[in-house]
Amino acid sequence: MLETLRLALAIAAKDVRLEFRSRTAFVSALVFTALVLAIFNFARDPTAVSASDLAPGILWITFTFAAMLGLNRAFGLERENRALDGLLLSPASRTALYLGKVLANLVFVGSVEAIALPLFALFFNVPILPVLLPLVLVIALATVGFVAVGTLMSSMAVNTRLAELMLPVLLLPFLVPPVTSAVQITARLFAGRPFSEALGWLRLLVGYDVIFVVACILFFESTIEE
Amino acid sequence: MSASALAGLTPVALAVRGVHRSFGHVRALRGVDFELGVGDALAVFGPNGAGKTTLLRVLAGLLRPTRGEVLLEGAPLVRADAAHRRRVGLIAHYSMLYDGLTAAENLAFYARLYGLRDRAVAVQRALEGVGLADRANDQVGTFSRGMVQRMAIARALIHEPRVVLLDEPFSGLDQRAAAALRDLLTRLRAERRTMVLVTHNIDEGLELATHAAIQVAGRFAAFGPVDGDLAAYRARYAEATAVRA
Repeated sequence: MLETLRLALAIAAKDVRLEFRSRTAFVSALVFTALVLAIFNFARDPTAVSASDLAPGILWITFTFAAMLGLNRAFGLERENRALDGLLLSPASRTALYLGKVLANLVFVGSVEAIALPLFALFFNVPILPVLLPLVLVIALATVGFVAVGTLMSSMAVNTRLAELMLPVLLLPFLVPPVTSAVQITARLFAGRPFSEALGWLRLLVGYDVIFVVACILFFESTIEE
Repeated sequence: MSASALAGLTPVALAVRGVHRSFGHVRALRGVDFELGVGDALAVFGPNGAGKTTLLRVLAGLLRPTRGEVLLEGAPLVRADAAHRRRVGLIAHYSMLYDGLTAAENLAFYARLYGLRDRAVAVQRALEGVGLADRANDQVGTFSRGMVQRMAIARALIHEPRVVLLDEPFSGLDQRAAAALRDLLTRLRAERRTMVLVTHNIDEGLELATHAAIQVAGRFAAFGPVDGDLAAYRARYAEATAVRA
């Protein structure tokens, strides 16, 4: 197990180094995030719908689509010079490879979210500081869920002709439970409701994470073998 | 079967028994059989589409045979077995390197995957082995085709595999680099590494190999020890490929 984690960290460190050296997907995701938030901000009619009603949905739509830019790149990196063969030839287990990719994606998506959250507060004038801790918890749980599934789907989509188009088609149906839970919890937090009201959704989020992280580890090998 | 292995002089390093591999309706391998003793080097010749690369990918453990088995040092090749993967190195016509990492970073990453203890020494030795020590801190994306091929060789050999698989290793190399690669392969033979070399170049292949095979339409049309008669081998190659064309 320790060996698997050690190799997963090596793979994640390599991916993070490659991404932050080129910053291709990271900068794209940040620009995308800023544009989506700006468009939603100017497109909504503040006299018809209040910001607090719209904000949770917009926050999670922004996070979800920004994350996809990074998830697309996760295995795209390995397509270059068929580096994936190098990984498969090495003694690293398929679990280590999957966990390494998940860790790198968590760093990527987490970094985008860390910059997007203050931007969101700025555009929508939502006071996030009073609910920061529970909000960060919800963001972390939802991110783990969709990164776990997104990494698996990325490994499936990478060998298709239109990988960038295939990923959302494969992934979005699986994101309904975590994104719905996250939106519901965020809405209650922004409305100043007690956190206990969101416990049912929180349980769903935790359950989703546990089931899908385990399932994705089990299925990953069959998605990358020829 | 390898002459040396048959005579019981050397243990069998690689045994391929009735290996078939299909991709849908396409049968890339149709019953390949051979054995190589430790230190044997097999050159596989054949026209395009004969299934040579598929054979190497099966031997490397990247593809599962549809039928038949591959034995590495007597044990069946199991892809989940990390110990098996440590024994094999594959030099393909693609580099498996990351353009955005430096030469040293690429090799250090692979050294880490293979669990090498003294990674810095292994990286330095691998770079010196292919004459790229002075470019250690340059990104691979800035390298010429020949330099990338040399890096690919360094990557494949960094863990000192006992079985080395080579797919057209001379393609894209200039004369100097090709000579350096020949020296390296000669050294690997002297170190008694078992090699399987896929190439179109009969002269080069026979010079480096102890055994030669002609692969046509997914099976070996000929297999045996190299006897040094190049003209006769050329004639056999022409006959084998013409009959099945």
